[in-house]
Amino acid sequence: MAKLRGTGIAAVNYPTGMNLGGDPSQALIHATTSGSFVVTLSATDLGQGLRTVIAQIAAETLGVGVDDVFIDTADTDTGPHDMGTFASRATHRVGNAVIAAAKEAREALLEVAAEELEASRDDLETDGLGNIRVRGAPGRSVKVTDIASLAQFTYGRTISGRGAWMKPRSAVDPETGAMDPDSTEAHACTVAEVEVDTETGVVTVISIKSAYEVGRQVNPALVHGQIVGGAWMGMSHALYETTTPYYPDPGHRPKDFSEYLMPGAHETPEIDCVVLEYPSSNGPYGVKGIGEMTANSPIPAIVNAIYHATGVRIDELPVTPELVLRGLEAKERHASGGVTPSTAGD
Amino acid sequence: MTADLHVVGRSVPRSDGVGHVTGRTLFTTDRSFPGMLHLKVVRSPVHHALVRGIDLSEAERVPGFVRALTHVDVPHNVYTILGLIGVEPEEEFVLAEDRVRYKGEPIVAIVAETEAAALEAVACVRLDLEELPAVFDVEEALRPGAPIVTHWGNNTFMYEGHPCRRVRFGDVEAAFARADHIVEGVYNTKPIEHAPTETTACIAVPEANGRYAVYTNTQALYFSLDNTAIILQVPGSRLHFIGGTVGGAFGGKVDVIVEPLATLAAMKTGRPVKYAFARWEEMQVSSTRSAWRIYVKDGVMRDGRIVARKVTSYADSGAYSRQTPYALTKHAANAAGPYAIPNVSIDAYCVYTNHVPSSAMRGFGITMASFAIEVQMDRIAEAVGLDPWSVRFLNAYRNGDMKPHRKRAEDATLIETMQAAAAFVGHELTPEQAAMTSDPRREGGE
Repeated sequence: MAKLRGTGIAAVNYPTGMNLGGDPSQALIHATTSGSFVVTLSATDLGQGLRTVIAQIAAETLGVGVDDVFIDTADTDTGPHDMGTFASRATHRVGNAVIAAAKEAREALLEVAAEELEASRDDLETDGLGNIRVRGAPGRSVKVTDIASLAQFTYGRTISGRGAWMKPRSAVDPETGAMDPDSTEAHACTVAEVEVDTETGVVTVISIKSAYEVGRQVNPALVHGQIVGGAWMGMSHALYETTTPYYPDPGHRPKDFSEYLMPGAHETPEIDCVVLEYPSSNGPYGVKGIGEMTANSPIPAIVNAIYHATGVRIDELPVTPELVLRGLEAKERHASGGVTPSTAGD
Repeated sequence: MTADLHVVGRSVPRSDGVGHVTGRTLFTTDRSFPGMLHLKVVRSPVHHALVRGIDLSEAERVPGFVRALTHVDVPHNVYTILGLIGVEPEEEFVLAEDRVRYKGEPIVAIVAETEAAALEAVACVRLDLEELPAVFDVEEALRPGAPIVTHWGNNTFMYEGHPCRRVRFGDVEAAFARADHIVEGVYNTKPIEHAPTETTACIAVPEANGRYAVYTNTQALYFSLDNTAIILQVPGSRLHFIGGTVGGAFGGKVDVIVEPLATLAAMKTGRPVKYAFARWEEMQVSSTRSAWRIYVKDGVMRDGRIVARKVTSYADSGAYSRQTPYALTKHAANAAGPYAIPNVSIDAYCVYTNHVPSSAMRGFGITMASFAIEVQMDRIAEAVGLDPWSVRFLNAYRNGDMKPHRKRAEDATLIETMQAAAAFVGHELTPEQAAMTSDPRREGGE
């Protein structure tokens, strides 16, 4: 009996967005009298931080500070249409819609500023800190907050913008499968290290280390959070979770978190990553979606690491201690024949 | 470009973070309304049965009972979530009619003054069921004589005349014939639960103007609104859906399960109605990730190059397909993996069984393809005597390559990502691997 260590790798790509039925998102933006901007959507924040990254994209395009942008979302009476938050699509689709809306609102803002400054619209620029200034003319500047107020009370103008983005519907050829199912692809390569206890069959994950290529990070802390959370979820898929432990037998279904096992803090390994940025051609500021993919590569990386540690090739999930022990027994039985043991058909 | 950016690329604190960690974020069921009723569901206790009778007499005598809803109360009782984008046929029953197809299928909805009264009345409903043979394995479900789950006579979803989503690229059989090695694997995965912290829930509130405000933790407000309008046969303009922060979803809140019944109950009673899954319902009755069985057969040359890949996949959709037909399409587009393979054949089957329906989940159709393909890559490496890194560098797709679904690769960076991972963990690459790029032109053409 021994504790055997091994490492395994997996490399994956993952599509951003979808195509069936078309994949649209819309956004509206308007300035309030106080000079803050409200972005109105119907896309939901699932806890991944959509509101925050959309505020960043809106602020970037408007040329104002992120603290001056508020996200009003998830109401079908006020928010324009959105397909939904899934398919690793929200930052990409909503972000593109928000850029379009913010460009229109920014134009309205600069038109008013041009009148107030008695300057040409084309000579104006924003500094990203809440000021509009005349290019090459130090001292000639005005605050966005002042323009927003003047627009409403002096000029009788609205500072607002509409934005939409849509990937058109693309039918699938039923004979060949030819299709255009996504907008871009993000990438990941994960290296997992495990320790397998050959007496108990328990697999301990030592570390999950990954490189990700995500186009553009709008918010690196949130990207890191997705990668760490996804690695945990992938590890949980690989070693712990199922609603149907004896599938296809439908019995013994867990009913709560005391029966449906997931790794706790004690089992959670070192999780770390490096992130590359190769901007996509069609995402907002080059974004690619990574919402879903972060659970993917950890699973085969862990399973490949178990093989590296033990010589037991696992073909099914989750990899329970029982499965590992049966694999080790099969390996001993087949040792003289030199056949690679497999859990398939066991 | 990065140098010009002010806010994009900065780790600004998330705007809702303080609310989350101090418990002040408002979730759907944190709301309460005067006169709010509670809805609970009578569910099938068996996997497959004919419904012979429903006796509500005892339930109706429970103090606090307000009313029961059965399929006759649902204006358009048979629906398909993806019907909005043209997927056919309509197949799932909001409330069961003459047959139940999975353990936990809703048969009767009980509306009561309190949650306790609703649960007591649910327990008092007597069902007369005649159990039928059930099928639980994807390949058994496709054999002649298997119990039929659907109402159209076989257990597969049909893709424009085919029983599976197909990809055909090159000639796999010819390539297998000239390959030095044939490497085969069979990969099985079990269903899993999304396990969100916040269970699926909504509250439907009648408004004085004849409209209904529906507070919901759906991932897709308009998708849920439009499906609810179809099921209740009302104009979408009479519905007002309000979401907010969702307490975890992972694909589990794309199904439209609670909103139609809660809104129907609000219409029938004129009072706000709350329908929230208990934890056991989230675990045992809400959609799962599909179980998968994936057969992979690869033709490989002596140097490790993959010349043909044939994938036959079966996703267990359970009793109703929900989002699974689309998952198979997405699977088919990605099941060859991020590799340049000149001959690919994929058959991806959406199979009906008597399991709880599966549906969308994070990695939709791809997570389990990645598991199968990436374990298979290590099998190939072993067969030809390469290390796991080398077999992947050798076969990595690059910009300009035609993918099996006939879309040319544009944003490929698999090679750069593997190089970064190798550097991150201290794995030494060969000089050739270290010099590779995903853009063949940068290497002087090919």
